[in-house]
Amino acid sequence: MAKYLLLKHYRGAPAAVNDVPMDQWTPDEISAHLQYMRDFADKINATGEFVDSQALSSEGAWVRYDGEGRPPVTDGPFAETKDLIAGWMIIDVDSYERAIELAGELSAAPGKDGKPIHEWLEVRPFYGNSPTITE
Amino acid sequence: MDEALLRSLTPGVLGILVRRGADFAAAEDAVQDALVEAVRVWPADPPRDPKGWLVTAAWRKFLDATRAETARKRREDLVDAEPEPGPVPAADDTLQLYFLCAHPLLTPSSAVALTLRAVGGLTTRQIAQAYLVPEATMAQRISRAKKTVSDVQFDQPGDVATVLRVLYLVFNEGYSGDVDLAAEAIRLTRQLATTIDHPEVAGLLALMLLHHARRASRIASDGSLVALADQDREKWDTRLIAEGVEILQAALAKDQLGEFQAQAAIAALHADAPRAEETDWVQIVEWYDELAALTESPVVRLNRAVAVGEADGPRAGLKALAELDDSLPRYTAVAAYLHERDGDLQTAARLYVEAAEKASNLAEREYLTRQAARINRKSPPHP
Repeated sequence: MAKYLLLKHYRGAPAAVNDVPMDQWTPDEISAHLQYMRDFADKINATGEFVDSQALSSEGAWVRYDGEGRPPVTDGPFAETKDLIAGWMIIDVDSYERAIELAGELSAAPGKDGKPIHEWLEVRPFYGNSPTITE
Repeated sequence: MDEALLRSLTPGVLGILVRRGADFAAAEDAVQDALVEAVRVWPADPPRDPKGWLVTAAWRKFLDATRAETARKRREDLVDAEPEPGPVPAADDTLQLYFLCAHPLLTPSSAVALTLRAVGGLTTRQIAQAYLVPEATMAQRISRAKKTVSDVQFDQPGDVATVLRVLYLVFNEGYSGDVDLAAEAIRLTRQLATTIDHPEVAGLLALMLLHHARRASRIASDGSLVALADQDREKWDTRLIAEGVEILQAALAKDQLGEFQAQAAIAALHADAPRAEETDWVQIVEWYDELAALTESPVVRLNRAVAVGEADGPRAGLKALAELDDSLPRYTAVAAYLHERDGDLQTAARLYVEAAEKASNLAEREYLTRQAARINRKSPPHP
């Protein structure tokens, strides 16, 4: 019973094995990829492990406070940023091993030539509740 | 309307339906539907016999659902099989339900969810909120859990230890959402204790009560954790402590020591000290030795090192710590504390920072970071 974030990157992750960008796939390969992702979400929904999944636009900006009475400063888009997050899935599972297993499965989504992308996904544990009994 | 009373009737009613021949999954759904109807109907029209009312309503729901799903023949068999309403041995059914919902075939999270619903009478939404997952996810988890145990014989004898582990998990989850899981775990453990005379059930109940008694003092008004030594003991609930101690003493008198009794004994010794300085650490170390003999858990030996540090001084504590695997959760936090007690502030501050990075929850991370900050203010790190 612990939550994990499976993080997918546009940029910043180590190179995948089957590292061909989607615009060079056939339409059928794209469909097969999207179907795999939907099936995966359905599967962990059925096992009661799904919490949330979102995809992020690659557009965005940096924002910071710029002092009393001044509008926030913005900068961007992220042209210079090395690390760019593409989206996430949040799962609620019984063990770290299970989180790794599911992330591995997600990374096997098919890409070019219908072969697994072997994409690197980042797995990050959520902070849990502080337990009542500690001593 | 007393929702706790209503929910306390859940396992008994469910047990009756299963004994009448309903399969567990369908009976459980029917009891949930009956509970929902009770919440709607009872305030205006309270029944004289709440349990009888629920049995009748749930059985009707079950027949309706069966009618919709199965052939006429099967339904007639069930109606014929319906026994005369009358007193039914509830205690055994309730115990069997605990066993079923904590069945070893289930993963911990599904056992917890099924127990809270089928024994606790909580709704799927309440359980989902308590565990911060979508309601649909929790519904799937529960329905899958029911499927997993669907072939298990209801009368099959179970293992109390598996039930206790599930209840312990519920208690330790704390207080997120609008359902108080700690209070719910206590209620379910109390109910279990009325159905079976077992020293470890009593031990776990005592352990929960003794920890629950300190609840008001564990968290400061800003939400930060307060260490046991710094807690305002005036805020401890003396009634719960007295009850926990009494239950524990009765259990210990049976001379079948177990893990939960030993843990409760340690909690009782803490509860017994009017001030932190008056804690009987020597006896606590003895209990940790007992506990270490009962369980392989390295966490016990880590906590023992803390107790040794209090009983025999920080050097002795550090020596006990050195025998343990430094990758244990909280190892670094314990090391930091013992080094601080030993007067080595530089090392303590560095270890507190390291421990904060390794913490598995936010409250602990903040607590440990504050400890490092406190020492650094007193004794700034060398350049």
